[in-house]
Amino acid sequence: MTPDTAAHAAPPPRPIPGSGEAGRHSLVVLVMDRPGVLNRVASLMRARNFNIDSLAVSRTDREHISRMTLTLHGDDVAVEQAAKQLYKLVDVLKVQDVTADQVVEHELALVKVRATDANRAEVIKIVELYKGRVVDIAPESVIVEATGAESEIDALVALLRGYGIKELVRTGAIVMLRGAGSIEEALKL
Amino acid sequence: MTVTRGKPPAGDSASATSERRSHVPGEGTAAAAAIDEARRTMLHDARARKRTRIGADALMEALARQGVDTLFSYPGGVILPIYDILADYPEVRHILVRHEQGGAHAADGYARASGKVGVCMGTSGPGATNLVTGIGTAMLDSVPMVVLTGNVASPLLGKDAFQEIDITGITLPMTKHNYLVRSADDIPRVVAEAFYLASHGRPGPVHVDFTKDALQAETRAEHPTEAEVIAGLPGFRPTLEGHPKQIKTAAREIAEAKRPLILAGHGVLVADAWRELRAFAAKTQIPVAWSLLGVGIMDEDDPLAYGYMGMHGWKHTNRAIQSADLLIAIGMRFDDRVTGSVSTYAPYARIIHVDIDPAEIGKNVAVEVPIVGDAKRVLEALTKAVQPVERSARAEYLDQLAAWRAESEASSWHGSGREGVLTADFVVGRIGELTEHQGTYVADVGQNQMWTARYTKFKRPNSHISSGGLGTMGFGVPAAMGAALGNPDAETWAIVGDGGFQMTSQELMTLAADRIPVKIAVLDNKKLGMIRQWQEIVYGGNYHSSHLPGPDFCKLAEAYGIPSWKATTPEQADGAIRAAQATDGPALIWFEIEEAQNVFPFMTAGKGLSDLIESWGGPEE
Repeated sequence: MTPDTAAHAAPPPRPIPGSGEAGRHSLVVLVMDRPGVLNRVASLMRARNFNIDSLAVSRTDREHISRMTLTLHGDDVAVEQAAKQLYKLVDVLKVQDVTADQVVEHELALVKVRATDANRAEVIKIVELYKGRVVDIAPESVIVEATGAESEIDALVALLRGYGIKELVRTGAIVMLRGAGSIEEALKL
Repeated sequence: MTVTRGKPPAGDSASATSERRSHVPGEGTAAAAAIDEARRTMLHDARARKRTRIGADALMEALARQGVDTLFSYPGGVILPIYDILADYPEVRHILVRHEQGGAHAADGYARASGKVGVCMGTSGPGATNLVTGIGTAMLDSVPMVVLTGNVASPLLGKDAFQEIDITGITLPMTKHNYLVRSADDIPRVVAEAFYLASHGRPGPVHVDFTKDALQAETRAEHPTEAEVIAGLPGFRPTLEGHPKQIKTAAREIAEAKRPLILAGHGVLVADAWRELRAFAAKTQIPVAWSLLGVGIMDEDDPLAYGYMGMHGWKHTNRAIQSADLLIAIGMRFDDRVTGSVSTYAPYARIIHVDIDPAEIGKNVAVEVPIVGDAKRVLEALTKAVQPVERSARAEYLDQLAAWRAESEASSWHGSGREGVLTADFVVGRIGELTEHQGTYVADVGQNQMWTARYTKFKRPNSHISSGGLGTMGFGVPAAMGAALGNPDAETWAIVGDGGFQMTSQELMTLAADRIPVKIAVLDNKKLGMIRQWQEIVYGGNYHSSHLPGPDFCKLAEAYGIPSWKATTPEQADGAIRAAQATDGPALIWFEIEEAQNVFPFMTAGKGLSDLIESWGGPEE
């Protein structure tokens, strides 16, 4: 401690940005539909040391505009930093953290589950309980299609695991604000 | 004339007796006139060719429209369509560099010295990858630069064709934006966008890669207006004005602070806001500390100039930060070299942070008052919003700072003053004095960079150029080359170490051939000095690979036709500096300096600003 600080009570350490409690955040990112834009977003997140949990990309109803839903873990400051870094990409038009908003958040999963004559009915019953449906039946397996929030899909997958999951694919979450508010309409072009 | 191999041609003996031996024709000589005449004829032929307008023309027109007067470039296969028509655009001076990295650093130095966008070009594959270090350097230091590369013809893209590399994939994370252009019709729009992006908001390098067929194809595409460019970039709308509410809050914090300190960075120079900064400091009587790239923002003789901060900054400057109750950070980014350990940084201070890039605010250090905006406009607004403060109202604080400064300047060992020993701080100090502090001083990286920043004494904005963020060794000489062309009114000095100099010394030929008047001071301690310093202090004296024998630098200069001098004692320094100053073109001085001189103060990694090492029980004490 230097003489000039010794006279004062020891101050609390300055917080290091991003060191707070991490949670799951959903970001809606509107981008120009240009070649390489997905690469730019992915490269940025990698280079800036953010971990993407899921990323879903599609066109919107507006010409030349694509929409990404990106989920990641971090504290509020880190996620805000990720959003600000995304804004620096010239092709990025809007970034909105909708974690605290009322949203419909769904993802789609396809699960190929081991199912024989002996337990197929049981599997189908579980799937129905979770508002999923069976979209393909083979002698040794069924393909289950399910949509819902990440936690709902997690729960269904956990149950199906008991029967043996042969293959699993999930799209990652897509998110939309509830009510009349529109992220796209708020876009000033 | 027949020339026997290995024997110099007879009859041309005038140079043998003169001090300067050069195969580069001097200005005004018959040989130089012949070259100029040849150039003019070439130009005339090209214009008379009456050919179609191709993509390469669209590119050169676009450069000319942007006011580009200098292009640093090296030719190659896929950019030959550009070279084929280059002579048709005499308003763009082509500087034939000897390595693309030199071209990139030169464009960078040009931009920093002139405030305009620097432009460099290279061919596909290795030409493009050689530019990468220069692009990264410009990115980390927010330098407006447009980098042009050629690529293979579009049908060959992705086929591993000769000299093909995915250069836009490589430059993507180290440019502000980049483009791959496959159609000649896109060239006017893309080049206009590149210049707009490079120079607006937070500046940075923009890379444009052209396929060879795009450069060769005929095009009638017109150049867009600025309004069209802006309309085409809806995702790029930098915030310039600080939010009035935040300005008000900042003014209140400033009024309440008892120990305020301004931290000024490169952004103030980039925004051309040094006058506004000096006016704000004067009105509020708040002293100003600066980062490495902020050197030159304040006239160091200004009573409110309080020194260079950070890892190798002045002890009094860092002490002021550690005891401040308010930091007003403008256009700086709390880099780790500035803060040291963040948890112990400025423990008593609230922070106002002004930056044009919102992502810089809260990135490294949490702040109380964020202000997003252009430094110039925010400083104008802040100056209006604050009440004037008399010096007497801050007397106690300013007197304490003055006492700290006197103490730290007296105690900080810097090596000067020992009889017969030539030290680096003495050399850079003399260069500063003999140029009356009006030159442009371009440092390389390492100890030479720290000595330059600390001891040259700066009075003029944009007179200090240094690779701060990336810390690129080899930056000095080529960047000085660009700086000399970017600001020809200022005498340009490259102050380089023997290590960094050897990384890009091929540009001596460019300096000689184009008679670019850069004065090179090689501070030769036969060491990678900063590495040696770390090894001495942090790694227990394990000097692996930091001893770096070099060539006879005067002979090297002579080989390129550049006059040179050697100084090994303090007494020889002035004469050598004056002789270099009196030389018309480039010149080199080889300063053989003390081999074991360290830069103090010194903060080792992971430590805080209060843990500066001020001296070391080494042999030099």
